[in-house]
Amino acid sequence: MSTHLETRDLTIRFGGHVAVDSVTCAFRPGELTAIVGPNGAGKTTYFNLISGQLRASAGQVLFAGEDLTRLSAPLRARRGLGRAFQLTNLFPNLTVAENIRLSVQATRGVHYEMLRVWSKRRDLIARADEVLEQVALSARRNVAAAALSHGDQRKLEVGMMLALEPAVFMFDEPTAGMSVDEVPVVLDLIAKLKRDASKIVLLVEHKMDVVRSLADRIIVLHNGRLVADGVPAEVIASAIVQEAYLGTAPTQASAA
Amino acid sequence: MMILSGDRPRNAVLSVILAAILLALAFAPFLFPGSKPLNVAAKICIFALLVASYDLLLGYTGIVSFAHTMFFGIGAYGVALALFNYGPSWSMIALGIIVALPLAALLALAIGLFSLRVQAIFFSMVTLAVASAFAVLASQLSWLTGGEDGRSFQVPPVLRPGNRLFDGEIFGVAFNGRVVSYYLVFIACAALFLLLLRIVNSPFGRVLQAIRESPFRAEALGYRIVVHRTLANVTAALIAAAAGALNAIWLHYTGPETSLSFSIMLDILVMVVIGGMGTMYGAVIGATLYILAQNYLQALMGSASSMAASAGVPLEPGLFHPDRWLLWLGILFILSVRFFPTGIVGRLRQGATKA
Ligand SMILES: Nc1ncnc2c1ncn2[C@@H]1O[C@H](COP(=O)(O)OP(=O)(O)OP(=O)(O)O)[C@@H](O)[C@H]1O
Ligand SMILES: [Mg+2]
Repeated sequence: MSTHLETRDLTIRFGGHVAVDSVTCAFRPGELTAIVGPNGAGKTTYFNLISGQLRASAGQVLFAGEDLTRLSAPLRARRGLGRAFQLTNLFPNLTVAENIRLSVQATRGVHYEMLRVWSKRRDLIARADEVLEQVALSARRNVAAAALSHGDQRKLEVGMMLALEPAVFMFDEPTAGMSVDEVPVVLDLIAKLKRDASKIVLLVEHKMDVVRSLADRIIVLHNGRLVADGVPAEVIASAIVQEAYLGTAPTQASAA
Repeated sequence: MMILSGDRPRNAVLSVILAAILLALAFAPFLFPGSKPLNVAAKICIFALLVASYDLLLGYTGIVSFAHTMFFGIGAYGVALALFNYGPSWSMIALGIIVALPLAALLALAIGLFSLRVQAIFFSMVTLAVASAFAVLASQLSWLTGGEDGRSFQVPPVLRPGNRLFDGEIFGVAFNGRVVSYYLVFIACAALFLLLLRIVNSPFGRVLQAIRESPFRAEALGYRIVVHRTLANVTAALIAAAAGALNAIWLHYTGPETSLSFSIMLDILVMVVIGGMGTMYGAVIGATLYILAQNYLQALMGSASSMAASAGVPLEPGLFHPDRWLLWLGILFILSVRFFPTGIVGRLRQGATKA
């Protein structure tokens, strides 16, 4: 089998509420798929089901031919599923550099090394420095993550996923709340990833111009259901998006 | 630099305090002759290590265990029962340790695997339950443990007070078995403390801090936090048991009061909080202050109270009565938490980065 990521009838119920409702979809390497839909459509929940933060009520998650449905989040991360969270989730009292370094350390499989001093692992530090450079945070490296501005925290969030060097990148509104001059750093990074034919990139994004310029494909979630799937121009023009997405959340769409 | 960990105190005042404590402990038999000061010094060594191993859990990994005295007790009883039942020899000390340490590790592993997959609070409840059960068991099995009376035993001849390692004196102090015992305790505690310092500064130790900060994110990066927390729990238990073994060797006695009681658990908590959680060095400072207070505050208050009385100061007579020392300690504790929420080490380091 190939390195496709696939969900089959993926479903989760919270009490009576079906937040993700039998979503079947496949994602190919070298393709950037934007996931759009109004607030509460289930986009973040769909990500949580794929990366393992939530367990599915029904359905399957498959990656590279392997059924991941029963695996825990850390084991899915080790299989190559990378997540950047919508609600920034950092190690607040550790430095920016340490946040990234821990991410590098995880990917390099240095989990239980107890008797060596961490700072002697120059390889990990050097790689973390590269990532810091990429997300334009080198100058803030020794600051506690909690002390960063919102925009810098968003960049760090993205940096931690980049440092994982995953096969699947899941961005959940990476530029939300960023100031205008900070946005290009992140968008350029995503555009660069897109050029790598071996990577699967999933991007939840409300800003339509961003979606239009970056996405190879758009899928639309609405009330937890997959309601449209296709090339950007078609999907954006379709009646279902005009109604389901632009209709319900006109402010965000037009503000974009 | 082989044994060090590149984790400096990072503050001038802190470095001076730590160096002073280290020197005082290293030369305690000569600086403070007499059996009470030496007892206090040995207790500081043992508790600094015990508290440091607790800090690995509370301060670094962010999990609250109430079973730490249980592991301390396992080490203490292991050595005590071996020496009591089979005679005072080094091989019996070894036997006690060889039985106690794996037992402590297995129990910690079982508790960890059973409860650390669930919420952290569940782990705390389980440790509380297991530790209580163990304490009851230790006092019930009196044919084995001596019950509430505990066990007094002989130590190997070299460590006995009557033994002279050589004739003559060093700086006016006879180098007897007590001094040898003290150095055994001091060196073992120092070595194990350095080991802990190394562990918290290892890649593994760094992951523990990440788990403390955000278990959720640590998992998303691919760390299996149950395994990490369990390993931390086992490591802490092993060190606590080793501290317990040293305690038994030092006291020639092991009983519920000295090694298992819940009040020791509270002492550990107070020491780690006063010193500063998640710093390791805080354990040394917390243990030193607390044990000095425990041993000398009472006496100090006694003399304060009688001085006040003789000077005719109209003090509430009960206020400084030696029996009230716990009250004063409690007040000191509340004040220190109020004004140094990050402990003494945290406070000193904060001051350093601001300046
Ligand atoms: N853990 C949970 N428990 C109960 N309900 C939940 C949980 N997580 C999500 N939901 C519900 O599932 C629905 C989908 O939420 P989700 O966060 O996935 O939406 P979203 O598409 O990401 O929205 P947004 O654009 O605002 O980020 C919402 O109604 C939400 O309230
Ligand atoms: Mg969302």
